[in-house]
Amino acid sequence: MRNKILLEMKNIYKTFGTVKALQDVQFKLAEGEVHALMGENGAGKSTLIKVLTGVYSKDEGEVILDGKAVAIHSPQDAQKVGISTVYQEITLCPNLSVAENMYIGRGSGVGQNWKKMNSDAKKILESLDIPAKPSQQLGSCSIAVQQMVAIARAVDMDCKVLILDEPTSSLDEQEVEKLFKLMRDLKSRGVGIIFVTHFLEQVYEVCDMITVLRDGKFVGEYEIADLPRIKLVSTMLGKDLDDLSDIKVDSATYDGNDKDDKRIEAFSLVSDAGIQPFDFYIKKGEVNGFTGLLGSGRSECVRAIYGADRVLGGNVKVNGQDAKISKPINAMKKGIAYLPEDRKIDGIVGDLSVRDNIVLALQVLKGFFKPISKAEAYKFADEYIKLLEIKTASADTPIKSLSGGNQQKCILARWLLTNPEYLILDEPTRGIDVGTKVEIQKLVLKLAGEGMSITFISSETDEMLRTCSRLIVMRDRKVVGELSGDDLTQGKIMETIAGGEGKDE
Amino acid sequence: MSKTSVNTNESFFKKMIHSQIFIPIAALLLLTLFNLIWDPSFFKINIGPDASGNQVLSGYIITILDNASELVILAIGMTLVTAASGGQDISVGAAIAIAGSVILRVLCGSDSRSTELQAPIIVAFIIACVVAMLFGAFNGVLVAYFKIQPMVATLILFTAGRSIAAWINNNELPIVTDVSLSYYGNFIPGIPIPTPVFIAIICVIIIMLVLKFTTLGLYTQSVGINEKSSRLNGLNPELIKLLTFVILGLCVAVAGLIKVGRFSTINYSVIAKDIEMDAILAVALGGNALGGGKFNMMASVLGAYVIQYLTTTLYKLKVSSDALSAYKAIVVILLVVLSAPIVREKLAKLGKKLKKKEA
Repeated sequence: MRNKILLEMKNIYKTFGTVKALQDVQFKLAEGEVHALMGENGAGKSTLIKVLTGVYSKDEGEVILDGKAVAIHSPQDAQKVGISTVYQEITLCPNLSVAENMYIGRGSGVGQNWKKMNSDAKKILESLDIPAKPSQQLGSCSIAVQQMVAIARAVDMDCKVLILDEPTSSLDEQEVEKLFKLMRDLKSRGVGIIFVTHFLEQVYEVCDMITVLRDGKFVGEYEIADLPRIKLVSTMLGKDLDDLSDIKVDSATYDGNDKDDKRIEAFSLVSDAGIQPFDFYIKKGEVNGFTGLLGSGRSECVRAIYGADRVLGGNVKVNGQDAKISKPINAMKKGIAYLPEDRKIDGIVGDLSVRDNIVLALQVLKGFFKPISKAEAYKFADEYIKLLEIKTASADTPIKSLSGGNQQKCILARWLLTNPEYLILDEPTRGIDVGTKVEIQKLVLKLAGEGMSITFISSETDEMLRTCSRLIVMRDRKVVGELSGDDLTQGKIMETIAGGEGKDE
Repeated sequence: MSKTSVNTNESFFKKMIHSQIFIPIAALLLLTLFNLIWDPSFFKINIGPDASGNQVLSGYIITILDNASELVILAIGMTLVTAASGGQDISVGAAIAIAGSVILRVLCGSDSRSTELQAPIIVAFIIACVVAMLFGAFNGVLVAYFKIQPMVATLILFTAGRSIAAWINNNELPIVTDVSLSYYGNFIPGIPIPTPVFIAIICVIIIMLVLKFTTLGLYTQSVGINEKSSRLNGLNPELIKLLTFVILGLCVAVAGLIKVGRFSTINYSVIAKDIEMDAILAVALGGNALGGGKFNMMASVLGAYVIQYLTTTLYKLKVSSDALSAYKAIVVILLVVLSAPIVREKLAKLGKKLKKKEA
């Protein structure tokens, strides 16, 4: 039986210019309930959350909290009535301390008892098992810890409604487990939790109810038991999805017996990002991947190959010839493309249009005195908007107003446009809905079939298994193994990641 | 767009209001309207002989176009610096003193009262360009490679510039008696329009061509918006920032030539005084974000003309020169507040409501 309804959103409408972001959307949340808000990219999840938290003002509709209609015009209003949010991307201040971040903007009045603040923060951090000191600068913590501090902040505000917008996308499994424990804890205290995520497993692990949105419209509200996974996916997409496993194993693009057609080779490469020297190679048409826990050095390895971090030693061969790659532009000229892990910081150029963002890399390759004409740029942009089904009002829309997944597609388009020989994809599917995920995986395999070499990094092992024919396993910033062929199983990967420490020493 | 031909008018109007260039244009129109009502003779243009007997145009409008020239040229460079570095160069006034001093030094040689030019003006100008670009590069290196905030970095030259300018000429005040230098600041015989107007227009045309035929615009904006991602896309953010400061240096040299051309001499402590603030204002009035990123060059240029228009209008109203800054500040506050996105959003909403009521 469902508890008392805590929050109700009725007939919410919101438009941006000509785009109808929300149309007649309903949402109900009961006390002590974990409610998943699901939908594809651009389905309106984030918009609905932002309407609820007062970031956007709604055009029409009603928000009822505890039986009373409330008007929320700003995030402060939301906080006051007991609605707290933890966003997908960190929204704290990296140059303040952990404790300051937890208490900033919450004090009433001018004074601040710093000592008490630090000791309070310490208590909370300890009770939640978060490995951070109150006086530590937030920016010096890993992204995962920053995320958890954000949650700790929300938790500490005695909220009635806690919104978690993709909180787990930068957490590793243990951290996710910790977060879930925390969520169950809060649940038992009667807090209603709205959980936005793309990880289906997680939905089924912690949630009680699911509300599905599609194209800005309310599709339905379901109890978790009534909606098996495959049904959920098809509800989100609005069509029956050809089974996810379908795309598997056309991936035999690389059979391991090729001649030594190595596209990229690296020997004892090391960068200033703190990884141990590593060797690496990839063949033509091969899809390989780096796997390991978050922070194990997967991203740092590919960044070293691309010249994104400062390379301290080792050498790289491209197509058998020595190549000096010390800056990204060197790598780009050798036909290497890199889709970075952190799309907001390293990927998009926020205020620029979708069009400019898509042609940027190609433009840089062409050079300063050969600008791509406007007509050409539109042609390229429209082509990729269509090809990758990027949801945008037009090619002139600033990229920052797109949803996360669509931003990611723009960055992917940017690199595909340069027609690279070697494409590095670092977490290309993070924060992206199931349908698009499958599309991207298919695209990867198709490109590999056409001879492109691709390195694929993902936190989701099954995704890696589906696409990669060879996996390089990392632990503690060191390459600890390589798996291919029959060894490519979930179990074997876990085993290698966990590793026998004794052997190494 | 043409599909919705029914409400083209409305959407054109809407686009107007939302476009960045709207504020400087609206300000120009408002000032024009004000002057029309107050005293239409403001717009009268006379032709008559000047001091040296040329037939030249005179009138407030000509004064505005003439006096705005240095500001327009500086606004070009300032816009680029702002876009790429997210900060402003406050040393341009001092740098103009240096450039002007260099020009006079080269023209006069060692004798500050020499009766003939010791070198062609073009040579003096080119040397001034090199010097000003070097000082620009100095600022640029501090900002780009040493990561010092632009305002702080340029504070150094702001403080030292006028002393350096005086030192270049051993603290003397050289006077050029040859009239050909005054052509650059006043009139060329036979041409009734002041030369600085042409120089400014030429500079605007050049920058427009540069923006069209190179990727300077995309690169500076990209670096200004997201430096990290720009680097990963193969750009060299440091070099691009440095480049914008060097371009500003070039603008400074051109402005310096006009300034010394006007008087054929120099006063180190007064020349181009406070012009850096007007140049920054021009960028702001153009609706460009002073925090860097996207820019609209035409809007900055118009912004520069608006500021001069305002100054001249106030002079015309016989505001004493001491009080001028205060009046200017009031108008500027108004314009800047009006152009702030938050205010425009509110206004747009208000407009919608009014429309609804009418319907």
